[in-house]
Amino acid sequence: MTAFETLKNYLSYDFVIFAIIVGILVSLCAALLGVSLVLKRYSMIGDGLSHVAFGAMAVAAVLKVTPMYFALPVTVLAAVLLLRAGRNTKIKGDAAIAVISVGAMAAGYLIMNIFSTNANVSGDVCTTLFGSTSILTLSRDDVIMCTVLAAAVIIIYVLFYNKLFAVTFDEAFTAATGTKASLYNLLLAVVTAVVIVLAMNLVGALLISALIIFPALSSMRLFKSFFKVIISSAVIAVVCSVIGIFVSVIYDTPVGSTIVMADAAVFALSAAVSALSGKSSA
Amino acid sequence: MALISCENLSLAYEGKTIVSDINFKVSKGDYLCIAGENGSGKTTLMKALLGLKKPASGKIIFGDGLTKKDIGYLPQQTEIQRDFPASVKEIVLSGFVGKSGLRPFYSKKEKSSAEKNMEILGIKDFGKKCYRELSGGQQQRVLLARALCATEKLLILDEPVAGLDPVVTGEMYSLIESLNKKHGITVVMVSHDISETLKYASHVLHIGNTPLFYGTSGDYLKSPVCKTFTGQTGKGDDTK
Repeated sequence: MTAFETLKNYLSYDFVIFAIIVGILVSLCAALLGVSLVLKRYSMIGDGLSHVAFGAMAVAAVLKVTPMYFALPVTVLAAVLLLRAGRNTKIKGDAAIAVISVGAMAAGYLIMNIFSTNANVSGDVCTTLFGSTSILTLSRDDVIMCTVLAAAVIIIYVLFYNKLFAVTFDEAFTAATGTKASLYNLLLAVVTAVVIVLAMNLVGALLISALIIFPALSSMRLFKSFFKVIISSAVIAVVCSVIGIFVSVIYDTPVGSTIVMADAAVFALSAAVSALSGKSSA
Repeated sequence: MALISCENLSLAYEGKTIVSDINFKVSKGDYLCIAGENGSGKTTLMKALLGLKKPASGKIIFGDGLTKKDIGYLPQQTEIQRDFPASVKEIVLSGFVGKSGLRPFYSKKEKSSAEKNMEILGIKDFGKKCYRELSGGQQQRVLLARALCATEKLLILDEPVAGLDPVVTGEMYSLIESLNKKHGITVVMVSHDISETLKYASHVLHIGNTPLFYGTSGDYLKSPVCKTFTGQTGKGDDTK
């Protein structure tokens, strides 16, 4: 069978279709927010939050509650706290992120070990961290929930696009001219938390930052207006995810890492293009 | 009634009072320069005027129908903006962010006034250019055009010529002057370059070392504060 036939064959299965739907939605959301996060120097918040979500998932597994229902509120809360910490002069933003993310990781692993319900703890950890094959085992309910949340994220993004642009470009100006900039920062953090919890299904905790950062960075090198950067980063993210899922299905590679490698390849390509055309963004 | 009146205003930073007993008024059409050494509280005072910082005591009263949404602000450039991928038009339009309230998109009227403001500042043809590829002076014009979108009444400028070369500095000052004289916009400018700004300002507020000075530029030139300050910084011009 050629690769194309294999693919055609797989596409007749529900689980592959589910994976593609969720993959497209999650990477789209991550890419939209990624541009603001990267430009605001918040990239690490994505990373920190993914570790918090990992810890929360571990606790949820022990408590035997649906991971999503527990991890979502915990991660949103952590996002709010991290954003506050960014303003605190005693613990600097980056240190606060490191503290929370390492702490949550350690706690998560410890809990998984102590209360392990499965003989293969390292397998569980690996799944949660790297997403392994979980995207290929999604249920119809997972897909519906993911679709609803992703739709909410996208609608919020479109409605508040101008506000988010203003807050990203210049917080002081936005606040001074009568917009509640801190409120929109909060919105950004909360929505980021939602996307991260969503994305854990797809690429696992460790690789979420890649999903948030790579498409944004690639687009920033290629385009000169914020709108084009946003559109391009959404397109790059979706295309990379679909390619990543196809490749992983055909060649039996881990989904998350394959998607991230596709994103990394596009980044390398766009860096090369921007260097060659002499419009380096640096 | 004055646009802004400050009464016995005190400002503190992390619990420490930096400057107290500030009293001044800004009336329509004024060009007020806030001067003082680094660390004297100029920026803190400006943030208080913008409502970004609460005064420790005293009052800032807005009059003449001035609200927070009528203030145009030209901040100093931040690190984030230097490599920001945005077109000039996007940035200028974002000046309307306060006025647009919860409306998600900018109106046709706002778009056409953004164009008009770009024309006033001589950056009409830059609309599609990328902000990060402009020179320092051009970037300041873009931010000033954005500030104009936010206001028709009052501009608050934070060191508008910082980091610009002498020629561009001169252009910037005359632009601000024409906004003040021709377009009737009240200007409040924070600057440490007092000798240069005195040519344009109608009033001066000197904060930092007590006694504070507040009065017209003419009176300021005769005051002892001015003599020590301009003497100290070496930028003084005795013939003025």
